[in-house]
Amino acid sequence: MQLLTAWAIGLIFGLGILISGMANPAKVLNFFDVAGTWDPSLAFVMGGALVTTFIGYRLVFRRALPVLDRKFHLPAARAIDARLVGGSALFGIGWGISGFCPGGALPALGTGAPEVFAFVAALIAGMILARFLQTPRSGQPKPA
Amino acid sequence: MVAWQIEKDRIMIETTFTPWASLGGGILIGLAATLLMLVHGRIMGATGILAGLVMPAGRRDFAWRAALVAGMVCGPLVYLALTRAMPAVQVTVPLPLLLLSGLIVGVGASYGGGCPSGHGVCGIARLSPRSIIATLTFMATALSTVYLVRHVIGA
Repeated sequence: MQLLTAWAIGLIFGLGILISGMANPAKVLNFFDVAGTWDPSLAFVMGGALVTTFIGYRLVFRRALPVLDRKFHLPAARAIDARLVGGSALFGIGWGISGFCPGGALPALGTGAPEVFAFVAALIAGMILARFLQTPRSGQPKPA
Repeated sequence: MVAWQIEKDRIMIETTFTPWASLGGGILIGLAATLLMLVHGRIMGATGILAGLVMPAGRRDFAWRAALVAGMVCGPLVYLALTRAMPAVQVTVPLPLLLLSGLIVGVGASYGGGCPSGHGVCGIARLSPRSIIATLTFMATALSTVYLVRHVIGA
């Protein structure tokens, strides 16, 4: 049951990403290219996703528990530190180079385009590298 | 000059403004985020989900993540069945830059604790100060990077 619901939710997310244009790096880069071939579409993606989630979460959190789990797994980290800002700044540079982000690339894998596999392989390598660099210091917040 | 012109045409592809499709897609993303919290009690953050898949904490934890990502990867086939066309994935950078980008995104999202789906959508929807700061930061550096690549280096 857990696997079926997770699969279906992944499919809804994937379709949302594909329909919205988030899986198309050219469209993502054009959102940021205000001085050039600007395409403001992604503001609508963010707006639609944010408003829906904002309302949805408020309804969900009226419940004491999720349907198929014993608790809500919410991030415990509170600190606004150099790790958060530096990591995010780095993330934006990478995102601005290719136009791919993790949520855009994963559904795009299903198109079979070899460039997406190359990006995701490098993405995974980067995540493993970060984990490796972080291990000596324990108690790090895990990504949401 | 001519060679550069060709290269620039490849880098700067015009894309069509699609407010309705983007809004509809965004609502689906929000619906998926809501459902994942409702059913599984989890944040719909692509970075966190992938990290737990690549470096699993246990078999049960691995299974739902694998199913979720499998659902995402089925997206293009369902999209094809619904619209009779594959979704556009237009890559405008050469392979070395694409790999560099993936590596930077992986390291940055790990240190920053999330990406546009985790921080930008789920985190801001929870009014998390961390997520608001993270989102403003990566939007600003992405904007600067695109400006630098397209209008300063490539000017």
